Amino acid sequence: MSKSEIKSPLPGTFYRASSPDSPSFKQDGDDVKADDTIGVIEVMKTFHEIQAGIDGKRITFLIDNEEPVMAGQVIAEVEE
Amino acid sequence: MTIKSVLIANRGEIAVRIIKAAKALGIRTVQVHSIADVEMLAVKLADEAIDIGSPAPKKSYLNIDVVIAAAKAAKVDAVHPGYGFLSENGDFADAVVAAGMTFIGPSGDAIRLLGDKVAAREVAARAGVPTVPGSGGRVADLAKAREVAERIGFPLMIKAAAGGGGRGIRIVNALGELDQQFPLASAEAAAAFGDGGLYIEKVISSARHIEVQIFGDGKNFVHFYERECSLQRRRQKVWEEAQAFLLPDDIRQQLCGSAVALAREVGYRGAGTVEYLYDEKTREFYFIEVNTRIQVEHPVTEMITGFDLVQEMFRVAGGAELSVTQADIWPHGHAIECRINAEDPFRNFAPAPGQISRLVVPNEEGVRFDTMLYEGYTIPPFYDSLLGKLIVWGEDRDQCLARLKRALDGLVIEGVATTIPLHRALAGDAAIQKGAFHTRFLELWLERAFTTAHQPSAEVA
Repeated sequence: MSKSEIKSPLPGTFYRASSPDSPSFKQDGDDVKADDTIGVIEVMKTFHEIQAGIDGKRITFLIDNEEPVMAGQVIAEVEE
Repeated sequence: MTIKSVLIANRGEIAVRIIKAAKALGIRTVQVHSIADVEMLAVKLADEAIDIGSPAPKKSYLNIDVVIAAAKAAKVDAVHPGYGFLSENGDFADAVVAAGMTFIGPSGDAIRLLGDKVAAREVAARAGVPTVPGSGGRVADLAKAREVAERIGFPLMIKAAAGGGGRGIRIVNALGELDQQFPLASAEAAAAFGDGGLYIEKVISSARHIEVQIFGDGKNFVHFYERECSLQRRRQKVWEEAQAFLLPDDIRQQLCGSAVALAREVGYRGAGTVEYLYDEKTREFYFIEVNTRIQVEHPVTEMITGFDLVQEMFRVAGGAELSVTQADIWPHGHAIECRINAEDPFRNFAPAPGQISRLVVPNEEGVRFDTMLYEGYTIPPFYDSLLGKLIVWGEDRDQCLARLKRALDGLVIEGVATTIPLHRALAGDAAIQKGAFHTRFLELWLERAFTTAHQPSAEVA
């Protein structure tokens, strides 16, 4: 079993949900498709959806909700 | 009691501006900063700095408990909130006072009253300030909404009473649409704001955004004339002028007079701005809202009146009476401010955080650059994109525009994309030179007139 990394394309603040009252896009352990949204990154008050980019199983988030993220930092891992 | 020390509960260029005003008055300055802002200019300029934690604004700059704790630890007399963040939070103003310090701004009650759209409109009406024709308050049901629509006509806006900042607004063009949109808008407002209350206003199209700078000490009230802020993108101002040079003198007098009447109606203390829509065709103006803080664009007013508004905020908050009467305040010349943002105007204004590799600020007569930049500074991605404001003054608008073009050519910011090319294009545009614009102008102009031809050749790869 190998793991793949999902990296942030942008620096900013990472959100797991589209708004504070919405459920998270994905829970730890969910399977993901490449075009599934897994989070949102806020850069200078603008919001950018982040797609998984790869199909994978049992996602594990490495960045918490509302935490800062650097460009290129690993947001989550999935099993292939 | 004269203020001797202040905590600046903000960041960026306005924190720098506040520190400069405080230093001119001999006030000790304490700057709060998130861990992402350790290297910001205001931290370097302040006498002391206090770390308030997480880069996320909600956990630092917007966290009342954390900011109050910092102010107590710093043993300051006063807190200056700047603009944005906690500046228009009445509970924050109350918390500062409850902690035994002075809030540099109006009372918590005044902030709450003027921050409530429906209540502020009622205050304006009481003070004799014209308001946009509409329901005047909450609309109970569809039948009442139809009555209002028949009285004021179409197009109209259904607005959420608890909304703001452009959110919770629906445009309706006919009676049939109203029947359909009203229940939807109510459900949407209930879901978004926890309050399904709606009110109705007529749409004023092709209007200008004109605002009046007010100041009060609780007993005396003055205005510092008006600003023209019609050039906006996504309801964010991009370019501001003082004065609104095409405004007829009799309208100017009514507009500025009505803003002072509103300040008097609430016994206003501190700096504030009364915003209006102005319809050139009908020569009518309408109240929009009051901002109970210093505004981003205050420097254009300072340039034409020669008066330091931020220093006056410190004096008045310290208990002094206004240092000027209306008769002392005269406009002279013309000023324009360009907001320089870290955004790429050729890529749909994509945000551009990053490191400043080179900075050259033109040092010419009539030119002021309010900024938080220095060479080597890395702009964090967590906050808004405003890097600085280029403010240019001239004896008249023509001289101001000529100086502005030169200043825009002389201003060099390398390392990140900025909106400087947008401002160069605007400064050279015939409609801008004539002053022929309104609040929808810029977005249409961007589609029609702004192209990669405006991109400096050196930057075209």
